[in-house]
Amino acid sequence: MSKKIHVTTSINGEETEYLCEPYDTMLDVLRNQLNLTGSKEVCSSGDCGACSVTLNDRLVCSCLMLAAEAEGQEIRTIEGMTENGNFHVLQQKFLEHAALQCGICTPGMLVAAKALLDKNPSPTETEIRFWLAGNLCRCTGYDKIVRAVQAASEEIKESA
Amino acid sequence: MNEMSNKWIGKNTIRPDGAEKVTGRAEYAADTTMPGMLWGKILRSPYPHATIKSIDTKKAESLPGVHAVATHDDSVDFPLDTPVILGIQDMRWMARNVLAKEKVLFHGHPIAAVAAKTEEIAQKACELIEVDYEVHDWAIEINDAIKDDAPILHDFIKFDGKPSNIAGTLEHKKGDIDKGFEEADVIIEKDFETAAVHQGYLENHACLVSVAPDDKTVIWSSSQGQFMVRAMTSFITGIPQSNIRAIPAEIGGGFGGKTIVYLEPVAAILSKKSGRPVKMMMTREEVMRASGPTSASKSTVKIGATKDGKIIAAKGVFYLQAGAFPGSPIRGAAGCCLAPYDIPNAHTLGYDVVSNRSKVAAYRAPGAPIGAYAVECVLDEIAESLNICPLEFRLKNAAKEGTKAVHGPTYPKMGYVETLEAALKNPHYKLPLKKCQGRGVASGFWFNAGGESCAQVNITEDGNVAVTTGHPDIGGSRASIANITAELLGIDINRVSVTIGDTASIGFSNLTGGSRVLFASALVVTESTKQVIDILKDRAAKIWNIDKEAIDWENGVAKPAGDNAGKFKPLTLAEIADQATPTGGPIGAGHQVNTVGAEGGFATHICDVEVDVELGIARILKYTAIQDVGKAIHPAYVEGQLQGGVVQGIGWALNEEYIYNDKGKLDNPGFLDYRIPVCSDLPMIDTVIVEVPNPKHPQGVRGVGEVPIVPPLAAIANAIYNAVGKRFYSLPMSPPKVLEGLEQK
Repeated sequence: MSKKIHVTTSINGEETEYLCEPYDTMLDVLRNQLNLTGSKEVCSSGDCGACSVTLNDRLVCSCLMLAAEAEGQEIRTIEGMTENGNFHVLQQKFLEHAALQCGICTPGMLVAAKALLDKNPSPTETEIRFWLAGNLCRCTGYDKIVRAVQAASEEIKESA
Repeated sequence: MNEMSNKWIGKNTIRPDGAEKVTGRAEYAADTTMPGMLWGKILRSPYPHATIKSIDTKKAESLPGVHAVATHDDSVDFPLDTPVILGIQDMRWMARNVLAKEKVLFHGHPIAAVAAKTEEIAQKACELIEVDYEVHDWAIEINDAIKDDAPILHDFIKFDGKPSNIAGTLEHKKGDIDKGFEEADVIIEKDFETAAVHQGYLENHACLVSVAPDDKTVIWSSSQGQFMVRAMTSFITGIPQSNIRAIPAEIGGGFGGKTIVYLEPVAAILSKKSGRPVKMMMTREEVMRASGPTSASKSTVKIGATKDGKIIAAKGVFYLQAGAFPGSPIRGAAGCCLAPYDIPNAHTLGYDVVSNRSKVAAYRAPGAPIGAYAVECVLDEIAESLNICPLEFRLKNAAKEGTKAVHGPTYPKMGYVETLEAALKNPHYKLPLKKCQGRGVASGFWFNAGGESCAQVNITEDGNVAVTTGHPDIGGSRASIANITAELLGIDINRVSVTIGDTASIGFSNLTGGSRVLFASALVVTESTKQVIDILKDRAAKIWNIDKEAIDWENGVAKPAGDNAGKFKPLTLAEIADQATPTGGPIGAGHQVNTVGAEGGFATHICDVEVDVELGIARILKYTAIQDVGKAIHPAYVEGQLQGGVVQGIGWALNEEYIYNDKGKLDNPGFLDYRIPVCSDLPMIDTVIVEVPNPKHPQGVRGVGEVPIVPPLAAIANAIYNAVGKRFYSLPMSPPKVLEGLEQK
């Protein structure tokens, strides 16, 4: 029997402990142990971005990260995106701009878009398109997603 | 409340399922668990074509942690000579696609399945199953499958009296084709090829199934039809439909690919054998190898026109690859390709060709893009040879109300001409272009569909509204249903909830597919809501003790129809709901019907590309999709359908293809090598919504979702020609192919 690894980490600001196999990915633990199923498993190879989370504010694919690597780090997922029970401005703009259809890419897309705006509150359309190039969407053609991110950027600038 | 505040049809309301989706709370197929749940995995064929001589599962069964192993012997046997038809599917093929019986017919074909304590143990047990194969030659490409000495997949399929891989044909004829070509001043005939492409829905197939000892079965899965899941699982397992409750999880994209089952019957068999709930999830690689895609094709299209630009004859022959079992979408190719035009003499013919690839599944306007690609490219060449603007040429030949279509029907009022006129006057069509840039146009058609639908509209005890329908919502249909219900009742949109019921809570509703959902849902929701309004008037009549006929329903209240009816303070929905019990009980109504009157949809697209002649990359610079949608109930989600369909078409045209190696194995079963369009590949996709209401629908709705994937293949091919002076007759027009073509030029 393999021995499981004990991990203490922070997930969405809360101290969290779990036991994982050495080969478990962060996504496995989020989904199957911690019930944080907002991060989606699609490609398991870092090609689609549906499992996007932040690791110490850096955007990563949780399918490419081992769960054991979270020890002592800070992970943020889609479940931590609302603020005091209110939508984050990006969530609000995705709803208003019809920027989602089936919604399976939406959590990863929002996590990625937030990581962009946290770093660069005024991205150009080209910057948005290249930043989100690692997040696949098959429903929308990306048009309304880009517009929602632009609208969120405008609102963040106005309230700043 | 003023009148205008309750007009919701045509408003971009927030979708009812939006909050759950932006917070990660929406539950998709893979997001649920059950107590005592096991994990199932599938053993798949390592060969593209082989007879299964024996399967030995003993070693797998004795692995600690394994609870059940299933093979085809555990499912219902469907003899090969007796069709068992469900919709457009045949359960003989479906059962054998889910678990192979006599033969494996493609690399990745399921052979057996294991349920175990963990996914890892289930996977290990699959590797312990011993299968004895007799390996056969195989045929992947259409030309290999239809040549004289081709390996035959199914001995019982005969064509021209001989065993064949041609499983069927379909044709449409009009006028006298030979005479038509004799009268033509210009005739152009070309051959075309398209590669197999996958629907590319991001959510992998997954399910969770519990079969209790008394056979009471719960299926949690994502699909384009919970009733389809129930019926197919019932057929393949033998469990009666009344014992199966199929719950529709949120669906992470389908595009036609989730109109059939892959895992649910297998999980049901494993659950029955193990006595535990079983969860199964495909990997992306399994999705690519063994689900979907749509057909590869080869076709020949010949069109003749008079020198004044009238199309006088058209012939199209289309071979569509079906994969392992019969059933390619030849109807879409042969039926839609000439539908936008008024052509006196025409003949289209489709061949359904089986080969050693995964069984094809529907993909957005199944078959239609393949047909339109060939026809719309040839039309472009004819317009060029006659020196006519390609849009004017189409306008001159456009089908309109009263035109007898090549595929049969005589059209009612419809808006193809309006899409062409909108394209001609769109500023995009006049924008200047630079070197290596080109503009292309193309049109497209899809039949659209009606079929069985149910709705239930209930007034809650506090006077709000709960609507239940039976079609999984992928693109935003719940938002449109809320718009219609709120407008008919004259109330605020936030007082209406819309839920997709499971198979035990709403009546049989056919698949989400064919662009039928909003057309059909709107019909049954409208009828149910009208019945509810009638009940509300009846209750107000009882409260006031006057005749029901003396009551009007306006802006969410019951009020006396006129002075003669008496003087009463209007009753709100909430006030009537509060009096529901003493006036007769709960208020609600349902409607169930086989909806008819779905009329076709037409689109015209304009596309600008720039070709990098050194790298062979064709980049989309600007794209405008113009479509007659009948009536846009929720314009933003109509635009979303157009934009999404266009971008899938862009992927089909420029990059996507199934690539097989010399072992008959798919070489690119993942998103790295099967490249769907990403955000940085694209510009904004402009849309023009044309509204020529469907005369057979209460709100004028036509189907929307399929049509936008039909024109892009040809629009892009025509644009590339106009950019570099070279026509490409084979998709995808990927960089290596474009470079090679430019070098030959």
